[in-house]
Amino acid sequence: MKKTLLAILGASLLFGAISANATPEQDRKELLDYFKHKSPNVKFDDYVNGAFIYNADALNQYNSIMEFPPFYTVVDQGKKMWETPFKNGKTYASCFPDGAKNIAGRYPYFDEGLGKVVTFEMALNSCRKANGEDELAYDDMGTMGVLTSYARTLSDGMRMNVRVEGAKAVAAYEKGKQHFYSRRGQLNFSCASCHVHQAGNIIRTEYLSPVLGQTTHWPVFRGGETLFTLQKRYEGCNKLVRAVPYKSGSEEYNDLEYFHSYLSNGLPMKASVFRK
Amino acid sequence: MRKSPTLLLAASLAGMLLATANGYAQEQQKPAEPTGQELAFNNAKGNCLACHMLPGDPKAVTNTNIAPPLVGMKARFPDKAKLRAQIWDATKANPMTVMPPFGRNLILTEQEIDKITDYVYGM
Ligand code: HEC
Repeated sequence: MKKTLLAILGASLLFGAISANATPEQDRKELLDYFKHKSPNVKFDDYVNGAFIYNADALNQYNSIMEFPPFYTVVDQGKKMWETPFKNGKTYASCFPDGAKNIAGRYPYFDEGLGKVVTFEMALNSCRKANGEDELAYDDMGTMGVLTSYARTLSDGMRMNVRVEGAKAVAAYEKGKQHFYSRRGQLNFSCASCHVHQAGNIIRTEYLSPVLGQTTHWPVFRGGETLFTLQKRYEGCNKLVRAVPYKSGSEEYNDLEYFHSYLSNGLPMKASVFRK
Repeated sequence: MRKSPTLLLAASLAGMLLATANGYAQEQQKPAEPTGQELAFNNAKGNCLACHMLPGDPKAVTNTNIAPPLVGMKARFPDKAKLRAQIWDATKANPMTVMPPFGRNLILTEQEIDKITDYVYGM
């Protein structure tokens, strides 16, 4: 009896807490409306093209580079890494349903057992560990970065489908949201300052991309050759405002990626693309 | 909040942004005594060009449209001290501004702010 009462009380408290804030779906819809209003001519799927949606010349350049990407040898190298068996003879593909086809859009997810957010990169490391291999460093573009440049292409075309369900998942999402909307660094910007409020505007000579579609196409090759993972980009954007960056693979960034990715739900994935 | 660009007066933005278009400032910069213009252009200092057009200075290379152009400053700021205060901490006049608080956050020294104020006031 006592237990049920507590459970009901708990549930109603929880309900109150969630409805006081916006739900993840309300957050996403609100931003969608905001960007629809801001750029009525941009089609939803085109948000994966980031800042290029605001600049026809840059989009043309992007499209022509993507016909023969100068970085295809790197992606090929990633394919070799993906296909090379571990010492025990198994491969990465054995760790995922359907050989990891159309799976990356479900990451990050909240793992109730672990009590934390799990990124696709963490799943790759779990796979290595389960097969007796050393883990790769999350900030090592030459190993983890290259591996994902192929592994993520197996999910090209799938629509981003991140779920936030249950109180703990919502709490992690809220932490990411807080990172996104908090001003930081000596220059006193939030992520939202640049990628919501100023999205589509030009900072010196560069268009600012909208938050919608920012998580669908990683890693990117900046200048056509330098590989950046999403969390490496977080580091760069933290440094831009002279804030001390967190580490790739930190819980802070994983929670940020969780929130950030949810906002791109419904958009088509396409890994390993050109960026300026 | 969406209206805020019109409230965002004077100087600059994010450091270390876009190395492009910064060649001029770096080339001209004498480490000993940079001028107000150099401080305004340098992306590690005022970096005004990240967010403001400077139509009065033909050397200013930027395509930005984030904040209002720095032009007609004497008419907009009859009181020069108000312009300086805006550069020192723009969040005082408008908490929602994205203009960095150059004085409050020690992005620029008091002397550097004086020089940039003089330079911008001439625009
Ligand atoms: C001072 C402005 C500024 C702030 C603040 C900022 N960024 Fe950026 N960000 C940029 C610029 C400039 C680029 C490169 C052009 C673009 O794609 O928007 C960029 C690019 C990105 C990209 C890559 C987009 C793509 O498709 O390649 C992501 C992702 C990103 N930022 C996330 C963030 C996050 C998360 C934060 C907060 C931690 C943040 N940014 C804060 C200016 C900023």
